[in-house]
Amino acid sequence: MVAAVEPAWYLILAAMIFAIGAVGLLVRRNPLVMFMCVELMLNAVTLTFVTFSRMLDDIGGQAVVVFVLVVAAAEVVVGLGIIVAILRKRPSATADDLALLKG
Amino acid sequence: MEILDLVWLIPALPLAGFLTLMVIGRRLGEPLAGLLATAMVGGSFVVTVAAYLSLLGKAEEERQFTQVLFDWIPAGGLSVDVGFLVDPLSITMCLFITGVGALIHLYSVGYMHGDPNYSKFFVYLNLFAFSMLMLVLGNNLLITFLGWEGVGACSYLLISFWFTDPEKASAGKKAFVTNRIGDWGFMVAIFASFAALGSVTYTEILSGAGGLAETTATLIAATLFVGAIGKSAQFPLFVWLPDAMAGPTPVSALIHAATMVTSGVYLLTRINPIIAEAAGWLAPTIAWVGAFTAFVAATIAISQRDIKRVLAYSTVSQLGYMFLAIGTGAYVAAVFHMITHAFFKALLFLGSGSVIHGMHAEQDMMRMGNLRKFMPITAATFIVGWLAIAGVPPFAGFWSKDEILLYAFAENPALWLVGLVTALLTAFYMSRQVFLVFFGEERFEVEHAAAGDGDGTADTEDIDEADAAGAGDDEVLVLHDPPHESPPTMTLPLVALAGLAIIGGGLNLPFTGGTKFLEHWLHPVLGENEAHIDVATGTKVGLAVVAIVVAAVAIAAAYAIYLRKQREPVEPEILAEGWYYDRSISAFMGGPGRMGFDAVATFDRVVIDGAVNGVASLVRRTGEGLRGSQTGFVRSYALLIAGGAVVLLAYFLAQVTF
Repeated sequence: MVAAVEPAWYLILAAMIFAIGAVGLLVRRNPLVMFMCVELMLNAVTLTFVTFSRMLDDIGGQAVVVFVLVVAAAEVVVGLGIIVAILRKRPSATADDLALLKG
Repeated sequence: MEILDLVWLIPALPLAGFLTLMVIGRRLGEPLAGLLATAMVGGSFVVTVAAYLSLLGKAEEERQFTQVLFDWIPAGGLSVDVGFLVDPLSITMCLFITGVGALIHLYSVGYMHGDPNYSKFFVYLNLFAFSMLMLVLGNNLLITFLGWEGVGACSYLLISFWFTDPEKASAGKKAFVTNRIGDWGFMVAIFASFAALGSVTYTEILSGAGGLAETTATLIAATLFVGAIGKSAQFPLFVWLPDAMAGPTPVSALIHAATMVTSGVYLLTRINPIIAEAAGWLAPTIAWVGAFTAFVAATIAISQRDIKRVLAYSTVSQLGYMFLAIGTGAYVAAVFHMITHAFFKALLFLGSGSVIHGMHAEQDMMRMGNLRKFMPITAATFIVGWLAIAGVPPFAGFWSKDEILLYAFAENPALWLVGLVTALLTAFYMSRQVFLVFFGEERFEVEHAAAGDGDGTADTEDIDEADAAGAGDDEVLVLHDPPHESPPTMTLPLVALAGLAIIGGGLNLPFTGGTKFLEHWLHPVLGENEAHIDVATGTKVGLAVVAIVVAAVAIAAAYAIYLRKQREPVEPEILAEGWYYDRSISAFMGGPGRMGFDAVATFDRVVIDGAVNGVASLVRRTGEGLRGSQTGFVRSYALLIAGGAVVLLAYFLAQVTF
């Protein structure tokens, strides 16, 4: 009999993925990589949702995940579109070059 | 369908004339535009007469009719209709406004002949007639105020009708600005009556007046009195009326003598129940303001050289009589004098216009003389007007003025004395005017150039205006053509008004109760607020005899001074300059007043502008300070968000743990 994985492990994994994503977002300069980091954080959160849904035996958490997936898909379309458009114009652009909002 | 349902036509006809002339007036040209305007006001007169007869046929207590056309301002507790209140008072006003108005319109057809803005003049004149009729017919304070402002605007437009002359343009401005002070009072009265009674409709205000607290009633009556002071040119706001004579003479006759300036008297008569509820000092104040104005204006009129300025000050003086009457509770006498004054003063103004017309735009009486030889009709009608205003029986002015003096005597002999002295002065300055203009020797010369065709055909007079106006003060005026009688469109109204000035006194003869037509007629409006005096018949006759003797003495004195030259005329400069009243105002406003204005301007610049600009610069400087936080780097924003999340997390964890 295979011992069941403790729910805590899932949470720890999700926390680690989230931390990686957050740190990656802060330290990297490539827009595409930063975008991928955002996706990592997003998925870490969905993992947490599913875990808690299982722990609390509440289907609500899983329903939220479906919503997040849909929104994330839409977000990817828009976000990637913008980033690709920018990189086409200025192939070497980093996130710091895009400082149009500087006060 | 009843004839009273047609009262909306009374103001609608001049309005239609105004709109039509606005659009096609220029194309109609001369004299069609003028005739159309005259016809419209004449039509109003016909409708008014019909309404009057219909009202006359009813029982006394049923002589009130309200016609509501539509909801004008339905806003919460305030509901204002466009409606007309037809009762003896408003119909009386309408009768002489449209009647005298139509005559003056007709006169203008001749007087404005050749003016480049011929049709525009009638546009304004019809708009004025409309506004004036709204003023007196409106069934609530707001409609009256609408008309009040309308006549004010028309007065401004017509005073500065020849606006290319800076003096005339500024006379218009002076009238307008002075009137604004009075309008302020009127507006406060509207607010106060709405606050106190929840309505601005006359029927509700007047029936609710009995339940008003004394202070509220005093406030409403006093602020309306302030409005009346401005519009009716009473002290201290009378300064605009003499200058208003810069406008064409028909305007002086219609607006600044017969109708608009009497609207203050109308308003105070309309609100008589409120005055009755007001504090005891208000009515005597009205009486004394009137008496004082009458006296001061009469003294000024003695020394004026301009034929129209004499009449202007005389108008101020006669309006003072009306206020004196209202202050003593003699509302009937006030309305009576208002009507007779409309007849004889319109007559005098139109007569003076005829003289100015015939003298080729000369207005200085010292350069006239013996004009009865040249313009017999004008002279004859002017003499009728003179006798009427001087208080010679049986002309109209005698009866109405005597009535006012009688009530003044019953109220306070001091008021009567002031009124009597004013009557003396009135007879004197009017006689002076008549003797200077129509009698004596000719103080002008006629150039014998283009003899033959220069005998008064209307086509030549405009050419001479420049010469006549250009002559210096003491030079002898040289006319290219002899003075001439005016065309029939001008003399016809003169004759009609002269007839009215003779018989106008018949409206309210004091002999028996049965001959006091006006008093019976106005009874439903005035009720018990009309003063009832108890004076013996002997005293009444005595007062009348005194008044007649005084008038005769004044006329004799003027005859001795100005015709027989037995005495030097007494015309001190202080009177010619109007007690330096105008000049004092200018001096004050230019001197100490100026400092006040500068202080206000400084206050505005430093405090008000300072506050506004201070807030703006505070916001800008804060923004400048906060700019630095907006680096534009995505990572710094992300770091801030992450930091915020951590702080929030720590906060919630802390909540859970403890």
